[in-house]
Amino acid sequence: MTTNLGPPALSATAVRKAYGDHVVLSGIDLDIPAGSVFALLGPNGAGKTTMVQILTTLIRADAGEMRVAGHDVVREPDAVRAAIGVTGQFSAVDGFLTGEENLLLMADLHHLPRRERRQCASDLLARFDLVDAARKPAVMYSGGMRRRLDLAMTLVGRPRVIFLDEPTTGLDPRSRRTMWEIIRRLVTDEGVTVLLTTQYLDEADRLADRIAVLHQGKLVAQGTAEELKRQVGGGHITLRFPDARGHDYAARYLDVVSRDDEALTLQVAGQGDVRSLRALLDRLDRASLTVDELQVHTPDLDDVFLALTGNPAVDQEPAR
Amino acid sequence: MSTATHAFTDSATMLRRQLRHMLRYPTLTLTAAGVPVIFLLLFVHVLGGILGSGIGGPSGGRDTYVNYVVPGVILMTAATAAQGTAISVAIDMTEGIVARFRTMAIARVAVLTGHVLGSLAQTLLSMAIVTGVALLMGFEPTAGFGEWLGVIGVLVLIIFALTWLSVALALMAKSVAAASNMLTPLMILPMMGSGFVPTDSMPAGLKWFADYQPFTPFIETLRGLLMGTPIGDNAMLAVGWCALISLGGYLWARKLYNREPTR
Repeated sequence: MTTNLGPPALSATAVRKAYGDHVVLSGIDLDIPAGSVFALLGPNGAGKTTMVQILTTLIRADAGEMRVAGHDVVREPDAVRAAIGVTGQFSAVDGFLTGEENLLLMADLHHLPRRERRQCASDLLARFDLVDAARKPAVMYSGGMRRRLDLAMTLVGRPRVIFLDEPTTGLDPRSRRTMWEIIRRLVTDEGVTVLLTTQYLDEADRLADRIAVLHQGKLVAQGTAEELKRQVGGGHITLRFPDARGHDYAARYLDVVSRDDEALTLQVAGQGDVRSLRALLDRLDRASLTVDELQVHTPDLDDVFLALTGNPAVDQEPAR
Repeated sequence: MSTATHAFTDSATMLRRQLRHMLRYPTLTLTAAGVPVIFLLLFVHVLGGILGSGIGGPSGGRDTYVNYVVPGVILMTAATAAQGTAISVAIDMTEGIVARFRTMAIARVAVLTGHVLGSLAQTLLSMAIVTGVALLMGFEPTAGFGEWLGVIGVLVLIIFALTWLSVALALMAKSVAAASNMLTPLMILPMMGSGFVPTDSMPAGLKWFADYQPFTPFIETLRGLLMGTPIGDNAMLAVGWCALISLGGYLWARKLYNREPTR
């Protein structure tokens, strides 16, 4: 992971956006160093997509200062557009064209010289494992292939800053892992800056150098994955007991976070590492307690949200 | 490169995209020609005997009527093709590809000019098919080379105008189905003008509408060039209407395209 802080590739100060009475973003500040991956983490309706749309010049903010790749988003939208690549939440490929034609279309729109455009298209097809499907219309592609083509199209013209709005939502686990590899390689090989939005902590954890948690239009936390997890408290361990007596005794004997008398379970704070597990097991042994089942929970998005906002990470999409 | 050359090359790129769609899915072109061909067959073979005699002329009957009705049917093709344009613009707007174009440093209007120029080519092709069928059915134009050039010129102006209008309507529509429906009245207009029967035979109110709506000067100009009937001031009126509709449609479409996408 990169920790050296270069000049910011993207900065935003006090960005606000409301649709009528509904405030979508209320004062967002971001600072993303060049050559790093930044994740905007939050549930549906938190304002992630709106933030991306504003930064990519699709919509205007009501207030706020933003610079992307050294250009003012409001005053120099065309300079910003020339420096960025965007992969939106919904597939942005031309279904009637083949994969190759889609890439050539992008090359033409970037005004690449004639020889370069062919080279660029065939390089990207190879890199995204689309050579076999290059001459098929994109409507015939699977979800994972479409997403790969989508990202390949975003890379035509070598953008310096790349926006990925929920790049793996709806993908199967294998395609998801392929996508992660591709994104990670972009940063290490080409030094681009990536802003991605996601609903999944594991995705942010895997990809991002820094993570910002967006909740109801506000940033409620910012930091590295480790820092965030520390705030959450590092997970917990659930123990299930065979009878109420053991359950009750253990509840007094151990440092319990919460208890469930019906399920006969206890939750104790702790990491899933071997040392703290062994210590816990030793204590249980010394007290001659029988445990039916033991489960280790690493912190997930729900824990982060619970810890940061007091609300579970359910959909916050307002009814329309 | 300057903004103007960008606008030109980007429009050319978008035109190539449309032409590719057209070549890959020729059904779009054939559908645009299909409805007018059916009307041609119905009106000439089913109704043409009576209608032709009603119009009069040297021989009366079907032979007269096919020569009378072809200009109206050709313009009906402009209307059915405009409907196709509206559908393809509306489909584009519902797909993410337009959002991608908006985040790229390309001339904004290029997406729309690509659609308009692509439709122009497609509509001319559909009209050629319709005219071909008409010739097989006994259509005998008197036009010489110069008149045929005039025919193409007038048709290009008319298609250009109707296409910009349909692009604007498609951008206003909330869905693909709505975009398609909005263009349906355009197909009726050639009938409520001098396309299928002379306006003199219509009741007073309808005749007034028929005489003043744009399709009547369109049809009369086209008929004059093809069949040598008097054109009078219809040519001026047709060009005027085309300029007005083109400009209005273009400005309206540009305004709608540049507004912020609501989620």
